[in-house]
Amino acid sequence: MDTNNCFHCGLDIVKDEIIFEARHFCCNGCKTVYAIFSENGLMSYYDFENAPGATPSGGSKYNFLENEQIVEKLLDFNEGDTQIISLQIPHIHCSSCIWILENLNRLQKDIVSSQVDFHQKKVRITYNSSSVSLKEIVDLLCAIGYEPYISLDDYGTQKIKTNRSLTYKLGVAFFCFGNIMLLSFPEYFEVNEFWLDQYKNFFRGLIFLLALPSFFYSASGYYVAAWKSIRAKMLNIEIPIALGIVVMFVRSSIDMLFNYGSGFFDSLTGLVFFMLLGKMFQIKTYSFLSFERDYKSYFPVAVTRLKTDGLEESVPIYEIQKGDRLLIRNQELIPADSILIASNASIDYSFVTGEAIPVSKKSGDKLFAGGKQLGNAIEMEVLQPVSQSYLTQLWSNEIFEKKTSANYKSITDTISRYFTPALLLIAFSGLGYWILIDINIAFNVFTAVLIVACPCALALTAPFTLGNILRILGRQKCYLKNACVIEQLAKVDTIVFDKTGTITTSSRSNITYEGKTFSASENEMVKSTLSGSNHPLSRMLYDFLPEAERLRVAFFAEISGKGIEAKINGDSISIGSADFIGKPLRKDSLKTSVHIDINGNYFGHFTFNNEYRNGLRELFAELKKNYELKLLSGDNDGERPLLQKMLPAGTQMVFNQMPEQKLQFIENLQKQGKNVLMIGDGLNDAGALAQSNVGISLAENVNVFSPACDAILDAGEFRKINSFLQLSKNAMLVIKMSFGLSLLYNVVGLSFALSGNLQPLVAAIIMPLSTVSIVSFVTIMSNFYARKLKIQTKSEA
Amino acid sequence: MSVIYLLISISICVAIGFFIAFIRAVRSGQYDDDYTPSVRMLFDDELRTKPENPVETKQKQI
Repeated sequence: MDTNNCFHCGLDIVKDEIIFEARHFCCNGCKTVYAIFSENGLMSYYDFENAPGATPSGGSKYNFLENEQIVEKLLDFNEGDTQIISLQIPHIHCSSCIWILENLNRLQKDIVSSQVDFHQKKVRITYNSSSVSLKEIVDLLCAIGYEPYISLDDYGTQKIKTNRSLTYKLGVAFFCFGNIMLLSFPEYFEVNEFWLDQYKNFFRGLIFLLALPSFFYSASGYYVAAWKSIRAKMLNIEIPIALGIVVMFVRSSIDMLFNYGSGFFDSLTGLVFFMLLGKMFQIKTYSFLSFERDYKSYFPVAVTRLKTDGLEESVPIYEIQKGDRLLIRNQELIPADSILIASNASIDYSFVTGEAIPVSKKSGDKLFAGGKQLGNAIEMEVLQPVSQSYLTQLWSNEIFEKKTSANYKSITDTISRYFTPALLLIAFSGLGYWILIDINIAFNVFTAVLIVACPCALALTAPFTLGNILRILGRQKCYLKNACVIEQLAKVDTIVFDKTGTITTSSRSNITYEGKTFSASENEMVKSTLSGSNHPLSRMLYDFLPEAERLRVAFFAEISGKGIEAKINGDSISIGSADFIGKPLRKDSLKTSVHIDINGNYFGHFTFNNEYRNGLRELFAELKKNYELKLLSGDNDGERPLLQKMLPAGTQMVFNQMPEQKLQFIENLQKQGKNVLMIGDGLNDAGALAQSNVGISLAENVNVFSPACDAILDAGEFRKINSFLQLSKNAMLVIKMSFGLSLLYNVVGLSFALSGNLQPLVAAIIMPLSTVSIVSFVTIMSNFYARKLKIQTKSEA
Repeated sequence: MSVIYLLISISICVAIGFFIAFIRAVRSGQYDDDYTPSVRMLFDDELRTKPENPVETKQKQI
């Protein structure tokens, strides 16, 4: 193990190294977790993976779990002595995690069993509530660095059963297809043999029986979809498919019954199987991500309410009423708009705005829901219940009610609008022509056309191409909600960016200093003072300052929301906001700054500038060639001149936008006939993301927070947005090319059909041949385009 | 040649047997999580007996 990294969590050891049992740790938290594991003989945790752990966060936020009513709503199963709970644990990331979480009963005997679902990042714990409470379990998880994420979303919602019907259908289809293929072989090769004649009826009877489940069960989804589209007066791809399947079944049954031939059951079941396979392939879900999040996923289940007699109680969040007094502790979320009472607060609005730097508030200030308190516990009085708060009201907008996919037409549907009438025309003209010659042949031709033209390959093209692209993008950390998003991405012509948190990074801030230069000893003093504070600004500043000796701090006080005071070797130091130091606030200082004062002498201030993401300028320049670009921001226009210099000319910038205004801005663009891609990050973009044709949510950590959207993009891959857009356009190109290819097969098949020579063998060859070649064509082509783009991004990086 | 009735009947029965096994596997949720079990099976059972002799555990670690 590298001595510069923590044995438990693997982070660099920057400050004080702690050595315990000859291992190095970055902090006390990590050491404590190690001690717990080593005491209980769970050391194998460190064998599976190097430094797999997480630093436990101090302090319990889970007092509400003492409330029986709340616990009951969270449980999956609750009867007698057996309780089952599923907890979402974002830290689950490796085999060590699985191991430790499945051995929880080593640490707490009353846990009966625990099972991890790695993809969903969930652990399902069975325990006995008479001997251990849920709170104790959650505290245990926190203590070992696996803090569960319990939000309002888990509260009292019905657990959704996973839908396995497609798996069943696929299994049935494969079973029927495989057996029918085997039973059909004699007919393919030995046409006029004696033994075949003898056993023909037995074979055919079996084939017929085997075809029934495939026809009635596996293919049932297509009949329903076709019926729906007929009722909606739309010609989509399901109509010719359903028509083909039904005609195939009827014709084959008649053939068999009257001993005309062996029928097309082999092709029929094969077709159903391949199409279901395509459907399965297209459904690639990232089950650990949630694309449907609303404010509920962000909000806690319960908060602490102060009763009139000063006692604390946990209440479910929906029960909060106007006038209630709440106690919000360090790191807790403000659930409702309220007024701050007593003491100062430092509120982190990063969920809402994406802005990492906390805002300080004074007593009497209004606090908006969605902020997070950093520092001491604060008291506040509720102004609006949760559902009527400024932020949550956004979700009452109708855009969150409707599902956008309903009015959206896919490329396959567009093509089938021409395909279906053309097919019917050919079928009827074939019938018309042959009916004058021979009525039997005419009927055969008519059905053969519908069978052979059944757009199996056509229907497979899009699922396989899009499914493949979906996986390629997933590997690049761009997670799409479903395959339709790719088609919509390809149509985009306008891109709207959010500013804060989207084109600026919230994790890294650029710090500049103005004022007197520090001597080495003064630097030591400032740094030693900062080391005592957990405030994010202090930490950023601490990392920014040059390395220095640690001095003994004689006196230390942190005044929440204002600053810190310390005494070192008789010198007094104050670090904090302008009014804390006693400097008048400068007019132009819209930016966050920290002022330094030593022994009453004002030194200067550090300014925290937003830093723009790497490659922003290049990305905008590339995008400008093909797209109309817009910038939306909730901030003031202080950075307009800088942005104008940085971004290509003609980029429209709109500042001071409220969440509803952002939504309307997108709506107006759409009214002008634009296809809008919105890229945002915070909850304040949620409305705009939902309204836009495609909403991409940028996330620093994809596992934790993102508002409802169509795609989640890892913030580190921001630079690749143009490549992703190109890839989606290429995907459409691949689909169009393979449409051409599958039409070619149709023409060949139709020429057999129209001349009245469609043998079951020919159908049985054309069908899989076209399917396999189309599937391999689209896979190779989409991989080819992806590789081309990947190389491109690599060389530019 | 009438043995073919018997053979095919047997083969179909075997196929149905596997098919039922598949359905039961899906129903019991085996296809819901296709990753975790593959990791879980690699954990050694003997690791679970370690708490009884913690001294040995430490030696192994060093």
